Amino acid sequence: MKRLALPLTLLAALPATAQTGDSDRYAYSQLRDPAQEAKARDLMEELRCLVCQGQSIADSDADMAADMRALVRERIAAGEKPDDIRRWLIERYGDYVTYDPPLGWATAPLWLAPFLLLGAGIWLATRSIRRRRR
Amino acid sequence: MIAETGLVLLWLAASLALLQLAMAIIGLRFDRADIISAVRPVAIVQGLLTALAMGALILLFARTDLSVLLVAENSNVAKPMLYKIAGAWGNHEGSMLLWVTILGLSGAGIALFERRLAERTLIATLGAQALISIGFFAFLLLSSNPFARIWPPPADGRGLNPLLQDPGLAFHPPTLYFGYVGLSVAFSFAVGALVMRDVTPAFARAMRPWALGAWLFLTLGITAGSYWAYYELGWGGWWFWDPVENASLMPWLAATALLHSVTVLATRDGLRAWTVMLAVVAFSMSMIGTFLVRSGVLTSVHAFAVDPERGSFLLALLALYIGGALALFALRIGSVRQGALFDPVSREAGLVLNNLLLSVILGVVLIGTLYPLVAQGMGVQLSVGKPFFDKTIGPVALILMVALAFGPLLRWRSDDPRALLRRMRAPVAAALFALGMLVPFARGISVLPLIGLILAAALAVASILPLWGRNLRRTPLFTWGMVIAHLGVAVAVAGMASESAFTRERLVALHIGQGVQVGPYRVGFAGVRPEVGDNWSGIGGVLTVSRGGETVTLIPQQRYFSDPVTTTNESAILTVADGQLYTVLGERNPDGRWQLRLWWKPLVTLIWLGGGMMALGGLLALIGRVGREWRTKRRRRRIEMGYLP
Repeated sequence: MKRLALPLTLLAALPATAQTGDSDRYAYSQLRDPAQEAKARDLMEELRCLVCQGQSIADSDADMAADMRALVRERIAAGEKPDDIRRWLIERYGDYVTYDPPLGWATAPLWLAPFLLLGAGIWLATRSIRRRRR
Repeated sequence: MIAETGLVLLWLAASLALLQLAMAIIGLRFDRADIISAVRPVAIVQGLLTALAMGALILLFARTDLSVLLVAENSNVAKPMLYKIAGAWGNHEGSMLLWVTILGLSGAGIALFERRLAERTLIATLGAQALISIGFFAFLLLSSNPFARIWPPPADGRGLNPLLQDPGLAFHPPTLYFGYVGLSVAFSFAVGALVMRDVTPAFARAMRPWALGAWLFLTLGITAGSYWAYYELGWGGWWFWDPVENASLMPWLAATALLHSVTVLATRDGLRAWTVMLAVVAFSMSMIGTFLVRSGVLTSVHAFAVDPERGSFLLALLALYIGGALALFALRIGSVRQGALFDPVSREAGLVLNNLLLSVILGVVLIGTLYPLVAQGMGVQLSVGKPFFDKTIGPVALILMVALAFGPLLRWRSDDPRALLRRMRAPVAAALFALGMLVPFARGISVLPLIGLILAAALAVASILPLWGRNLRRTPLFTWGMVIAHLGVAVAVAGMASESAFTRERLVALHIGQGVQVGPYRVGFAGVRPEVGDNWSGIGGVLTVSRGGETVTLIPQQRYFSDPVTTTNESAILTVADGQLYTVLGERNPDGRWQLRLWWKPLVTLIWLGGGMMALGGLLALIGRVGREWRTKRRRRRIEMGYLP
């Protein structure tokens, strides 16, 4: 039950307009302007469907994903920037909603890891080659 | 009776595994030749008994014996026969039994056929194998008995998740398990070699077929799984950076690194410690993979049979094996002598670079996959997905492609950098040509796919250069294997980059009779019609699809299953030479229009064609290597017997 509680409250927090016919159109159809649609598409691919098993809202059949797609497209159509929409969503649902974890104290090790691994690997490899060269 | 027989067989096999371990330890410790010579037969019988237990389970599923709990929970009478049988391993208990069966059979295979390795190392290897088996037997017998009965038996079973009722998926899990288990065999060889202080080219040659075979199965499994996700999940994506996908990708990355480094050990007697370490890592990754998939600690689109409580048992096994192996490694690695030396510009150095980059990618995938768990421990909820992996792994993978283009053109031990650059002229020309071709589109493409396409062109040319100027009929099969596998990488990357750069998407709601343009295709919506299958009913959307005068009908469906109640989207895909048209039928809007999701994906098929080519290359290399060993052995025997000079 505890697992369900979070998504349910999140669902309730979605704007009521998501239920009307107008936004239904945007859940399963695209914006007219291809440039705007491309922006919306990029954003939707990095947003997590909160009630699904690890899918982005861009590839989920869930109703909540549909509502979120509609919301993203509506806001892009209204001229909002993708960054602002992402920020708005993160404020409401937390970092969990984005697959692109924002850099912060909790995610610093994650983002540093690739560099550290690469550095350590290069150090190990050059050391062993030089040693072998001798 | 069958269920009880199966359980008895399982217990017998488990006791034999225990015996196998004890005999290996005692025989080696006290130098008892009589005990040592009995280890092989025990391993063979243990493998056979386990296989019979698996056979019993398959029989129970084939007969839909509903008095067996596992059958009642995962099968039903109406299901087609193929899925009844596949149901035997499409669940937690069955899949674990399959794991241990493949493990037992590979043990039997080693006991029967492996004659090159020092006998004591081989016995230690079989001992390590038995130790791994025991853990899984304990898991099966103590916490997930596949043969448990249920009373009274239900009238009908609960069925199999309809998403899984797909011919490809009947064989997807066993394929991956063959890969996982193959890596466990490579690991057992490494343990045997460490215990006996026998890290030699002979050990590498004995291990190589298993590393290669495991890699081959993992490649096939991942390729098939990706295609399944692509057409079954219904949104046109082919890779989701999902934990369960990563669980299969990580062992594959480790196996790729391993089969390259084992070549250095087998051919040049270099990279000894590293190769052993990689064998340990590869097995750890397959254990972690099994754990992630089976425990469900991470939510996933592929999580169909999960149980958090059993996860702790697997986690304990994981810690025991990996911890033990690392401890053994730490204890013994000091006694592994330094391998042969080589220059910074040499085939060996190229393979070191390959291993370095693959290990970095592996590390990033591992950290990215597990980080949400770590963060949860710190009280933070976060998600790591495609954007993170694109940004971090994308660049490293592109560098790896460059290394891959150079690597096979390098000579062993030492090479002249200028001569190498001369050999690279044709690939560089190919890259420039690709760049020229892409200039008109460059504005709409993001950087990663653009560089990917250019490098794919260079790599395609570079990968066939090792055949240049050779007598093709005398070129060994494993060289062909390498060339085809590397070409497969270029082909797959071209497909990925093209899919990401040039896909056209149309999401529309249409009245019957209306139409829409997607890429080069005109899609007309002619209406809907009822559809019916063995255990589902559904609606099909009739789409007339035309391009340059040719018209085809596609029928994407919505299927309704009753056991268990589920709706699935069945996409309809038109495959042509230059790509795929992907169509999905959605819901009906209140105003009577039907939702359609349509994609034109140019060259997307190259992704799986490339995967298939990699697997084919692996197969050729495997046949080539084993065949050559066999011929040398036969020749040597003939010389010994005096037939040949």
